[in-house]
Amino acid sequence: MSVITFIIDDEHYSAKEGDTILQVTRDNKIHIPTLCYLDGLSTFGACRLCVVEIEGSPKLFPACTTKPTEGMIVRTKTDRLKRYRRMIVELLASEGNHQCAVCVVNGHCELQNLAYEVGLDHVRFPYLFPHKSLDATHKEFVMDRNRCVLCTRCVRVCHEVEGAHVWDIAGRGINCEIIADLNQPWGTSESCTSCGKCVRVCPTGALFEKGASIGEMQKERGFIKFIVNARNKSEWVHTAHEEE
Amino acid sequence: MSKTITLAPVTRIEGHAKITIQLDDNNDVADARFHVNEFRGFEKFTEGRLLWEMPGITSRICGICPASHLLTSAKAGDDILAVEIPETAEKLRRLLTLAQWLQSHALSFFHLSAPDFLLGFDSNPATRNIFGLIAADKEFAKRGIRLRKFGQEIIEILGSRRIHTPWTVPGGVREPLDPAKKDVMLGWIPEAKETVGLALDAIKKIHKKFAKEIPEFGNFRSLLVGLVSKDGGLEYYDGFLRIMDGNGNTIADKLDPKKYFEYFGEAVEPWSYLKFPYYKPFDYPKGMYRVGPLARVNICDFIETPMAEEERKIFKKLGGNVGVVNNSFYYHYARCIEMLFAVEKIEMLLNDPAILGQNIRSMASINRTEGVGCTEAPRGVLFHHYHVNKDGVIQKANLVIATAQNNIAMNRTVRQIATHFIDGKKGKITEGILNRVEAGIRCYDPCLSCSTHALGQMPLHVELLNAGGEVLDEIRR
Repeated sequence: MSVITFIIDDEHYSAKEGDTILQVTRDNKIHIPTLCYLDGLSTFGACRLCVVEIEGSPKLFPACTTKPTEGMIVRTKTDRLKRYRRMIVELLASEGNHQCAVCVVNGHCELQNLAYEVGLDHVRFPYLFPHKSLDATHKEFVMDRNRCVLCTRCVRVCHEVEGAHVWDIAGRGINCEIIADLNQPWGTSESCTSCGKCVRVCPTGALFEKGASIGEMQKERGFIKFIVNARNKSEWVHTAHEEE
Repeated sequence: MSKTITLAPVTRIEGHAKITIQLDDNNDVADARFHVNEFRGFEKFTEGRLLWEMPGITSRICGICPASHLLTSAKAGDDILAVEIPETAEKLRRLLTLAQWLQSHALSFFHLSAPDFLLGFDSNPATRNIFGLIAADKEFAKRGIRLRKFGQEIIEILGSRRIHTPWTVPGGVREPLDPAKKDVMLGWIPEAKETVGLALDAIKKIHKKFAKEIPEFGNFRSLLVGLVSKDGGLEYYDGFLRIMDGNGNTIADKLDPKKYFEYFGEAVEPWSYLKFPYYKPFDYPKGMYRVGPLARVNICDFIETPMAEEERKIFKKLGGNVGVVNNSFYYHYARCIEMLFAVEKIEMLLNDPAILGQNIRSMASINRTEGVGCTEAPRGVLFHHYHVNKDGVIQKANLVIATAQNNIAMNRTVRQIATHFIDGKKGKITEGILNRVEAGIRCYDPCLSCSTHALGQMPLHVELLNAGGEVLDEIRR
């Protein structure tokens, strides 16, 4: 296996062939904010929070899907990146109905943590206040599309880990929505095994356990890496999960 | 030409309002109205949300009495889950209710009303507030602030935050009480009793000082409504509704609070966002009733704690032969008696071994599609009424707030004070007179943020009326 040497923020690093920039930064404790990425699931590149600059290109690249090449010069913390990351969170805040104060994951929300991290003290864009549905038809869980950021973690975990493929994305652009089976109430889904993996990987309060009150829903996401390692490598080892 | 005097905004109450006083051709007061110009919308925008979120959402109605909405909403949730909550959960909820009373009453008495009493209605309005009180009597003001802190600290110990704790949920409460924290709360009791004693001494001096003014401070007969315990005692969390008339006759008793809508209607006036609840058998507006401390201390047969019971007996004597205290000024005295009761009862609850139990939450799914919660908030009896679908999604919410229930009486009080104190012929309105009108409102300690939670349709409409009621000019927006 060949080794690639490249530069991140003026320091030299090496990567195995096939590694992404994000994997190298995580292995070396370099923090890049992420939202749709989750260790153990396929990469999707939807949220663009992990964008980095690569010298020689005016474009920005998502670290989660970009592989380093020999001699590549990567920058992860420029003012331009900070500005863009803040704007991404700002746009997410303005296009959903995110009311932290009365949300079931208040205090334990990845989107909320990101907002703190990027310094989102106010939103410059008008709030869209979209009419989104709440699906409480499942016996144990609730899907509140008001709080969904379309990271598709639920879609991926259900397809890739549980194998049931209950969730899909319907619609286009800003009107995209997560749907169950053939766009039907979750409670009527025949494919759902009620395993709850989608609820645990959801970064926001879009998926939660029925009966949870304000701020009461806490999620543990390291189990995905555990299951995937157990399945692929026959290793049953708990590793600390980097909550980002 | 008739003349309208407007006071806006009304100060030292929770929320925003204005009062208009209409004079007739002879410059005598023809009418006076208490307009609430806040608008909230909680009943409408909670539609579509989940039952379990409701305590947290509705507690956001108010920053003063969030715990009252939290508790009442959770009780409506208990009703829909059709569960009996564990004994410890009920005792902890009772503790929270009393802490809420204590901090709210201390705020009302020391921070909002005491400046009028101790500095005088005619003193400089720039200093007639808590800061002026601190300058005039630092120790008294400090003790008042600390008494409120005690109430807030109990709320924080139980619910991990002072304002907007989500600790009470359908089925019970979220966390049991830490035994070490119990002793912290008990440590406050001696100081709290002493401070309430000072408040009671102060209010009695105030009664003497304002002996001439008090008879015109909302002195009229009305129905009095509140909860009483199963054996007729002062109640704050559960029990039955009792309705007493202005002559001290109990006209309805042992009413189930869950059927409140059978007894009370809500009228609407085009000039205020605040609804006008009334007692249905007497119709609107004759079905005027008062809730809150004055009603509660009047209607109960006894108070279960000894010191507060002694004060209740003294209070009842103010009613003379009628045996019922009809003057709204005595809300303040009743509030002080309730503070005493709260401190004594908090001590009793903390010394009850069951308060440290670990069974605190009954788990259940949706077992009914309709539920009503009822508690006594600091300002009076509070109802939350929800309809849900089989999945627990709110289809309809109705919140009947204490301040709204006092609305007719508050308007009556404003009119009485305006008529007595304003001499239109002099053509001069002094600051002190206007403040007396405000102070009349403040007797009820109204919380307008709470009471205008409802969705309403009121375009902004200002009318100038002559003595004959004809519209001389109007502006619509």
